[in-house]
Amino acid sequence: MKAIEASNLRKTYRGGVRALDGLSLEVEAGTIFGLLGPNGAGKSTTVKILTTLSRADSGEARVAGLDVVRDAERVRHSIGVVGQKPGLDPEATGRENLEMQAEIYGIRGAARRERVVELLERLGLAEAGGRLAKTYSGGMQRRLDVALGLVNRPKVLFLDEPTTGLDPEARAELWREIERLAGEEEMTILLTTHYLEEADRLASRLVIVDRGRIVAEGSPEDLKSELRGDTVQVELAESKNGDATAAVQHLPGVSELTLDGRLLRARVDNGAAAIPSMITALERGGLRVAAATIARPSLDDVYLRHAGRSFQQADTDTKEVAA
Amino acid sequence: MTALRHTWQVALRYIRALLRQPAWVGISLVQPVIWLLLFGALFRRTADIPGFTGGSYIEFLTPGVVVMLAVSSAGWVGMGFIEDINRGTMDRLLVSPIWRGALNLGSVAQSVLSIVIQSVIVIGLSLAVGAHFHNGVAGVGVLVAVAGLLGAVFASLSNGVAVLTRQRETLIGIVTMVTLPLTFLSSALMQQSLLPSWIRWIAKFNPVNWAAEAGRSAAGTNADWGLIATRTGFLALLLLASAAFATHAFNAYQRSV
Repeated sequence: MKAIEASNLRKTYRGGVRALDGLSLEVEAGTIFGLLGPNGAGKSTTVKILTTLSRADSGEARVAGLDVVRDAERVRHSIGVVGQKPGLDPEATGRENLEMQAEIYGIRGAARRERVVELLERLGLAEAGGRLAKTYSGGMQRRLDVALGLVNRPKVLFLDEPTTGLDPEARAELWREIERLAGEEEMTILLTTHYLEEADRLASRLVIVDRGRIVAEGSPEDLKSELRGDTVQVELAESKNGDATAAVQHLPGVSELTLDGRLLRARVDNGAAAIPSMITALERGGLRVAAATIARPSLDDVYLRHAGRSFQQADTDTKEVAA
Repeated sequence: MTALRHTWQVALRYIRALLRQPAWVGISLVQPVIWLLLFGALFRRTADIPGFTGGSYIEFLTPGVVVMLAVSSAGWVGMGFIEDINRGTMDRLLVSPIWRGALNLGSVAQSVLSIVIQSVIVIGLSLAVGAHFHNGVAGVGVLVAVAGLLGAVFASLSNGVAVLTRQRETLIGIVTMVTLPLTFLSSALMQQSLLPSWIRWIAKFNPVNWAAEAGRSAAGTNADWGLIATRTGFLALLLLASAAFATHAFNAYQRSV
């Protein structure tokens, strides 16, 4: 069964910014699905449309079997949303936040009391429950946001960049909680992230989004194994290296060469075999090598291959457009 | 029932947040006292103007100050919405099955409660300095109700503008630009018959004046119940329109996110 189906979503914001350019996806019920991409790729817009906050200009989407436009009210009963911005009310206590959320979903009286206590305990907020949310640490506020998204026992949970701004410890803790939710509660989770390692760790399937379109889809393993061989990175000693690509491009088994400053990257069939011949070829061309490393393919490489630019580069591009 | 429950939850949230700010509570309680005493002293000689029939100026002024307070405090209500939007609180509520009307009406309810408390303080103080309200509790009750109705209109408009603009500065500008002129283009501080004729003409269409006329008539010597009913009716219609505006503003907001 499909928990989420979206087909051909398009959305252009006022001012002509095209956020989605024909995005389609399908999410199997009970899985963690990752939406990976740099800032501004269209991940948040997708979540806003699927959660009934915003509307697509064209295209259709169903969540938990319900149309997000025609059946918006019922969709809202079936989903939980943890947005990119904190949804909690900082001027209320953790408990009051959860009580109000429960009332909105019609959970009242004894059921409400039980649910609130259960969620506070589960997310490690039992002791802080009576304190104003504005006094919480960043990690605690995020956990309260997750608790708010869980109040109605949603079938589908949306997590939009859930770990952005968290320290590594808080991030690891939230990852464990997300895994637990998918495992124990059989919830479908759609997660957006621009952390490659987060998608790699949590998602059983993922799509890579770039400029409002999906450029790759599969399990993290599929996507990585689609890239044969290893990535070799050679750091050159000097920055005068215009002919570095020319020096190695004729070597057998070397492909996808890129040169970024002093950093030469290449895809090779076998890293251990390729490095000595690459170094020899470079030094024959009068280029000294400072360091060389081999890496197994990462999602970063997948991204580079499908979006045609590195992940960091895409993030910087977006920031420059925004600025 | 769901609509009422959701409205109450929203109101409860705003009321609780305000009560947790002692400075806000203090200022809201002192402000009516300052206004009544200050305007009372400044305009005391108004009662000597030939043609003034309002009795003692403080008796005349009290309904005016009540109405002024209602407008000026309700105008700022939209600031809460802007904060909710800038954080993610509003988005969280908008993806929940909360009744859309509850967002505005809950915030309006909080504003009306503040206005009722402030009005009671003004009326109590003016009784303490010797004013006399001829229609007793009923008359004073109508005055407070009319002030609450006017406040609800302005709170809804403020919320609607807040959702559409989402800018603190814009809301501050609009509230400052609108509330004082509307107060001065009414009989809040000056008897209607003594107003310049062009102001008297504009005042016919000014909701602040409707509230001032109805409230003053209800509290004064000869209550004109016909006038009170029509002015209250106008305000009620305006409240329906402005609450619908504030609630529908969310559609425009959701199209833009």
